[in-house]
Amino acid sequence: MLRPVATFLHGRNAFYVSLLLLPPLLWLGTVYLASLFALLTQSFYAIDEFTARIVPEFTLKTYGQLFTQPANVDIVLRTVFMAVAVTAAAAVVAFPLANYMARHAGPKMKALCYVGVMLPMWTSYLVKVYAWRLILAKQGIASWAMTSLGLGGALDTLLATPVVGGPSLASSYIGMFIVFVYMWLPFMILPLAAALERVPGSLLQASADLGARPGQTFRNVVLPLALPGLAAGSVFTFSLTLGDYIIPSVVGAPGYFIGMMVYQQQGTAGNMPLAAAFSVVPIVLIAVYLALAKRLGAFDAL
Amino acid sequence: MTHAIELEDVSRAFGAVLALDHVSLGILPGEFFALLGPSGSGKTTCLRLIAGFDHPDSGRVLLDGEEVTDVPPYDRNLNTVFQDYALFPHMTVAENVAYGLRVRGVAAAEQRRRAAGMLDLVRLGSYGDRRPAQLSGGQRQRVALARALINQPKVLLLDEPLGALDLKLREEMQVELKSLQQRLGITFVFVTHDQGEALSMADRVAVFSHGRIEQLDTPRGLYTRPRTAFVANFVGSANVVTAQAAERLTGRRESFAIRPEQIDLLADDAVPAAGLIWCSGKLEDILYHGASSRCHVRLDAGTVLAVARPESGSASHVPPRGSSVRIAWRPESMVLLESG
Repeated sequence: MLRPVATFLHGRNAFYVSLLLLPPLLWLGTVYLASLFALLTQSFYAIDEFTARIVPEFTLKTYGQLFTQPANVDIVLRTVFMAVAVTAAAAVVAFPLANYMARHAGPKMKALCYVGVMLPMWTSYLVKVYAWRLILAKQGIASWAMTSLGLGGALDTLLATPVVGGPSLASSYIGMFIVFVYMWLPFMILPLAAALERVPGSLLQASADLGARPGQTFRNVVLPLALPGLAAGSVFTFSLTLGDYIIPSVVGAPGYFIGMMVYQQQGTAGNMPLAAAFSVVPIVLIAVYLALAKRLGAFDAL
Repeated sequence: MTHAIELEDVSRAFGAVLALDHVSLGILPGEFFALLGPSGSGKTTCLRLIAGFDHPDSGRVLLDGEEVTDVPPYDRNLNTVFQDYALFPHMTVAENVAYGLRVRGVAAAEQRRRAAGMLDLVRLGSYGDRRPAQLSGGQRQRVALARALINQPKVLLLDEPLGALDLKLREEMQVELKSLQQRLGITFVFVTHDQGEALSMADRVAVFSHGRIEQLDTPRGLYTRPRTAFVANFVGSANVVTAQAAERLTGRRESFAIRPEQIDLLADDAVPAAGLIWCSGKLEDILYHGASSRCHVRLDAGTVLAVARPESGSASHVPPRGSSVRIAWRPESMVLLESG
């Protein structure tokens, strides 16, 4: 019954392709791009301070608010610092595992690793965050384990660190950092493993054959060729940290993050333009980051 | 004389597969040596052990008389041209060639100078700024060669270096490699599954089968005096006659090999010269090969022998398919084979 349709489509390649692309393009165009555009437009409006109504006229007042009020600048900086730290830590933790999965694991072990990396993503995000709050609580498993190992003093010293410390892991930036790294690690491991898997083993042998010690081979061959994966993974960890509002409100110190600010401004505070301006920050940061990565040649090996 | 490379009773197994089975082998300095065999015969494992990419389960590897079994590749004075060339895709051609100098801490200016010299040697002087992806297969092959030679190794290992090239380019590179080896005077160890390549380029050839060396000889020795049926069949083409069939042809119960070009095809009524072994049969098939034709003759005793008949320019000399013929050969052109 479908044969006439197939026969009709055969040879009409452009028509066929546009038929395939129509649904996703409609979705992307209307639902995604249009709302993004609406968001950008909103950020150039401002709120009337007396009536709390949005005045639909072009103004940079909201951005002025964002970049001149010290509290808002603090929120942006705090979020960016956290995102950079989480990204760096995720890259360092992910690399050895991704390298093992791509280069050393047998087929069975490799499948097991992939399942192991993705398994936590099948669990509810909220369950994991609240579980972490319990783990990191003052009387939680983490502090109990460290005390039992005789590392209680080290934990106290760590928590006594100004700014990042706090009364317990669960109410400090260190704890928040740990949860962020845990949450986004799969998003770093998977692209990194995919990139490393595309590096032929003969390149590493050739490097050793020409006299390069393992460290030199890593710096000169493995790392440059893994850069596209590292860039992809870091875009994930970076943007996910920039936008998240649940982890900072459940775990960690009381300081605000961009995501929390967006949530609050568009909800209780009813300041949609400021919420929009806050959400433009991650978009701009990621764009700058990608431009930098491209300039540094991260995508040359693609 | 110290061997440039020596394997002493080397074995290597991958799971249940014995890739090398107690192999011993000595390669002389300045020799062009070929490791020949079908895929899975152990020849590539052998090369990897020499390069240091793999470690034998037992036995020793020696370079220049010194044991290197446990020495990592970056401390061995030899270099490798890889089957897939293994050029670094994120570096230019010149950077690829200079890599061996760079990791040894040679000054940048010296690196550039010597890389340029190497590229001139392989006639790619103007290609230094390109990326490997912008080169043809033959050019990449020459870059890999230049990169491997820049550290002036005593031994160059080549893993099927011509396998990815088309026929014409392959023949050119055979000549080029051979002359390069003679100019540099260093040892070349060459892995190939192409017997023609091994015969035309190598000084000596080790024929591998199932992890063992079947025969180690000069190309002429391999071709004219194959020791086993495997070598007779793998190096050139041969009629391998089993002991049983041989008894009916020659009266002696000994397996032998004979090359198709050593057999004469005669008319049915021709009388072969004295001293020749001859028998009669039926011409089953004629395959035209250009320079010669290959005739398949089914002997009255049942065996089918291939006979090469040089092209004489006219078709009239070849008897028609299905006709009765006689074939004859000199007894000394038969090569007795070891059983097994």
